[in-house]
Amino acid sequence: MAKRQSKDNPDVVLEVEGLNVDISVAAGELHAVRDVSFIVRQGETLCLVGESGCGKSMTALAVMDLLPRAARRSAKALNFFSMDLLKLGEREMADIRGDRMAMIFQEPMTSLNPAYTIGNQLKEVIIRHRGVSHLEARQRAMFLLEKVGITAAESRLSQYPHQLSGGLRQRVMIAMALMCEPELIIADEPTTALDVTIQAQILHLLKDLQREFHMAMILITHDLGIVARIADRLAVIYAGQIVESGTVQEVFENSMHPYTHGLLSCIPVPGKTKRGEFLGSIPGMVPTPIGKLNGCSFRNRCSYAFQSCSGQNPEIRALSLNWGYRCLLEPEKLKSPCA
Amino acid sequence: MELRQIPAAEEILGPSPGQLLRRRIFGHKGLMIGGVILGIIILLALLAPLLSPHDPYQQSLVKRISKPFWHPDSKPEHPLGTDHVGRDYLSRLLYGARISLLIGFCVALISGVIGTALGVVAGYFGGRIDMVITFIITLRLSLPFVLVAVAVVGLVGGSLQVVIIVLGLLLWNRYAVVMRSATQQIRNQDYVPAAEAVGCSTARILLSEILPNVLNSLVVVATLEMANAILLEAALSFLGLGVQPPTPSWGLMVSEGKDFLFFEPWLITIPGVALFLLVLSINLAGDGIRDVTAPESRG
Amino acid sequence: MLIYTLKRLALAVAVALVVSALSFGLLYLSGDPATAIGGEAATDADILFIRKTYGFDQPIYTQYLTWIGKALRGDFGMSYYFRVPVSQIMAARLPATLILGFSAIVFALVFSIPLGVIAAIRPNSWIDRTALFLSVMGQAMPSFWLGLMLMVLLSVWLPLLPPSGTEGWEYFVMPTIVLGYYAMPAIMRLTRAGMMEVLASDYIRTARAKGLLSGSILFKHALRNAIIPVVSVSAVQFGFMLGGSIVIETVFAIQGMGYLAWESIKRSDFPTVQAVILVFAVIYIVLTLAADLINGWLDPRIRVT
Repeated sequence: MAKRQSKDNPDVVLEVEGLNVDISVAAGELHAVRDVSFIVRQGETLCLVGESGCGKSMTALAVMDLLPRAARRSAKALNFFSMDLLKLGEREMADIRGDRMAMIFQEPMTSLNPAYTIGNQLKEVIIRHRGVSHLEARQRAMFLLEKVGITAAESRLSQYPHQLSGGLRQRVMIAMALMCEPELIIADEPTTALDVTIQAQILHLLKDLQREFHMAMILITHDLGIVARIADRLAVIYAGQIVESGTVQEVFENSMHPYTHGLLSCIPVPGKTKRGEFLGSIPGMVPTPIGKLNGCSFRNRCSYAFQSCSGQNPEIRALSLNWGYRCLLEPEKLKSPCA
Repeated sequence: MELRQIPAAEEILGPSPGQLLRRRIFGHKGLMIGGVILGIIILLALLAPLLSPHDPYQQSLVKRISKPFWHPDSKPEHPLGTDHVGRDYLSRLLYGARISLLIGFCVALISGVIGTALGVVAGYFGGRIDMVITFIITLRLSLPFVLVAVAVVGLVGGSLQVVIIVLGLLLWNRYAVVMRSATQQIRNQDYVPAAEAVGCSTARILLSEILPNVLNSLVVVATLEMANAILLEAALSFLGLGVQPPTPSWGLMVSEGKDFLFFEPWLITIPGVALFLLVLSINLAGDGIRDVTAPESRG
Repeated sequence: MLIYTLKRLALAVAVALVVSALSFGLLYLSGDPATAIGGEAATDADILFIRKTYGFDQPIYTQYLTWIGKALRGDFGMSYYFRVPVSQIMAARLPATLILGFSAIVFALVFSIPLGVIAAIRPNSWIDRTALFLSVMGQAMPSFWLGLMLMVLLSVWLPLLPPSGTEGWEYFVMPTIVLGYYAMPAIMRLTRAGMMEVLASDYIRTARAKGLLSGSILFKHALRNAIIPVVSVSAVQFGFMLGGSIVIETVFAIQGMGYLAWESIKRSDFPTVQAVILVFAVIYIVLTLAADLINGWLDPRIRVT
C-alpha cells in the first residue's frame, strides 16, 4: 500500500484504513465497502468517484457513523485528528457530528424538516454544540446565509423549506453544515439533483468556502468533470473497493487502472476527440458484491484481463507517495490510451 | 490493446410470479392462521345441520341451563350445555355461525357494490362528479351510523333481512374512499389514456382496465367491512334491535345470557369467543392478503 | 390558511344541514308516525287527532323547516315519553356521555401513541410484536362482550369496581377502558406507521448528521411530523365513540345520550330520537372541522402559503 502519513502528522484530518461495510440482504452478505483506505489533509479536497451503487456514499456514512441499522462497519483504523472514531460511543459521536465534522446530502428537496423554519433548523445546530444564546445563533445563521449567497437573509430565516427552491435549499444545507466551523466537510453528490446552471455556482461556492474556512473536504460524485474542477486528489471506487487513487494530475494524465481508463475515455474532450469517433464505453454491468468474492471485480469487463485475474483480489500497487492502483499488471502494460 | 471476448453476464433465473406468490402466502403466518380458522368456521357453518346434535329452536323447560362439558354436572347429549329455555347451545352456536357469515357476506357484497361504484366513478371522472360524491361520502361519515342503524332498525322492526339491508346501505363509505383513491392512482397511469386514445368506451375501460387493478384493495376492504358488519349485527342483536329471537344470532345469545352473567358466565363467554375468533380470522386474513399482494405497503 | 378555514367551515355547514334533514326524515321510515304513536288500540279519530296535534298533516318540508328553525334556537320539542322539553333531558344526559367519550379518547391516546412510537423505534422487537398483537385482538373483540367480561372479572370475582351507574369516577373506569380499547388499534398502528415512515426520511438523517441528540430527534423532529394524521384520526375516533357509546352505556347502565337514544327508539319517542341524532352528528361535524383546522395549522405547507 502507498505509504501514508502517520497519524502523528497534525496535517492529517481524517485517516481511514481498511474500512469495511457489510449489509445482510436476502441473497447473502453484501460487501458494500471493501478494504477502503484514504487520508484527507487540512484544506484539501478529496473526491470519491464512481458509478451509482459502488459504495462511495456508504463510505461517507460509515465515517460519520450514520449507517442504516442493517449495516455493520469495521475498520483497522478510523481516526479523526488524533481521535479514534471506532472507540467513540453514540453520544460522543453525536458531539462531533455537526460540530467538527459535517455532511451535506444529495436531495435538498427532502433534507430539511418541513415543519420548522429555516432559522430554527440553522440555529439548533450551534445551540446544541456551543450552547450560545438564540440571538447569537440567529446572527451566526444570518452571517452564513449571506456567505452562501442568499440575499435578504433575515426574511429567509422565518421561511419554511417549501417556500424555497432546490438551489436555495442546498445553499441552506451548506450554511447549516458550516454553522460550527467544522474541520471536515463531506458532500455527497451535492449538485446531482440541481440544474446544470446552478451546479457550477454551488461548486464554486463550496470551493470558496473551503478555502476561506480552511476545511478538509470529501466530495462524492460520479461526474469526472466536477473532479477535474475542484479536487486536489481523487480515489476511484469500483464495487466497493478503491481501484485507483492519487492527485488529479497524476490520475488524469497517467491513469493506470483499466476502469479509470474507461471512465476517462467516456468523456469527449474538445480538441482531442476526433469528430465521428466512437466514445469509449465499458461493456458489461457492475457486479453486486454479495457473498464470497473471488479475484478482481473488474475482470469481466476488462480488456486486459488474463488468467490470474480470477485468482486473487489484487492488492494496491504504489507508484508514489499517494498514488496507487489495484491491478496485477505492471504500469508499462497499462499505458493510458487517452494520453 | 486486444479486445477480448467478454463473457456475458450470468442470467439468474428466479422463481416464477406464481411460485413467488404461493411462497409468500404460505409463509405469512397471519394469513395462514386466519385462513385456517375462517375455513373451519365456514365448514362448520355449512355442515351445521349435520353436526348439530339437536334442533336449535327446540325448547325444553326441563333441561334449562345445563352445564357445558367442562363442568362436573354436564349432560353428555348437550356438550355445551343449554340456554335459559333449554335449547342446545352447541346447535345454536353452529347455526349462529351461519347467521354471522351470511350477514358478513351479504353486507360486504351490498355495501361493496355501492361503495365501489361510487368510488370508481368519482376517481375516474373527477371534477364535479367527484365533488358531489365526496360530499355524499362526507355526509355519510357524519352520521353516527350506530345510532342511525339502531334508529332505522328500531323504527322499521328488527329482522335478519332488515339488518342486512340497513347495514348494507350504511357501510359503504370505506369502500368508496379506498376505491376512489385507488382509481385515481390507476387513472394517472399511462395505459388508461392509451385505451381512451384507441377509442375504448368508458364502461369498457372501467371494467377491463381499472377494476382488475383495484381488486387488491377491494378485497382488503371487503374483509374489513365483513368483520365490521358481523360485529355491528352482534351489537344490534345484543341491543334487541337486530335479529329477533328465536333465531340463533351470537349477539342475541350474549344478550339472552347476560341476565345469568354472574352464575353462568359461559352463556355469554361461548358466543363471545366465537364472535371473537370469527372476526379475528377475517382480520388476519385481510391483513395477510394485503401484505402478500402489496408488500410495499407493509408498515 | 384563511381560505382553507373558510372552505372547511362552508363544507361543515352544508353537511350539517343535509344531515339534519336526513335525521328529520328518519321519522318517516316507520310509516305513518301518527299510527306509531297512537298504537294498536287507536281509532281513526284518534289518529286524525294525533296528526293534527303534532302537525303531521303539514307538508314534509314545512315540518322540517319548523323543526330546524326551533332546533337552531335550542328547542327540540317535547318528548312524547317524558313530557318535558327534549333539550332539558338532553342537557341532563349529555355530560355523562361527554365525560365517557373524553376519558376514553384520552385513555386511548395515552397508551397508543407511546406504544406506537416505541414500536416504530424498535420494529420487530417484542414490544412491537406485543403492540401489534394487542391491536389485532382489540379490533376483533365485540365491545359489549368485552364490557360484560370485564364486569364479571372486576365486579364479581374481584370486587374492585362497581358494575353500573354513574355516581362517582370509579363507575367510569370500566366503560372508559372498553370504549377506549376500541380506538387503540387504529391510533397505535397509525402512529407506528407514521413514525416509521418519518424516521426513514431524509430530514431525520440530516438531523442525525447535525449531531442532535436522539431525544430531540424523536420528539422535536420526528413526532411533530408523524402526529399530523393521528390528530384527524383521533377526532374521528372520538366521534365514533360518541356514536358507539350507545352499546357501552346500555351494558353499564350509564345515563347518557346513547342510552337515551336507545330507550327513545324503543318507545317511539321521535322528537328525542331526532334530536339526539342531530346533536351527535353536529358534534361529529364540529370535531372533524376542528381536526382539519388543527391539521392545517400543524402543517406549515398549509398554514403558510
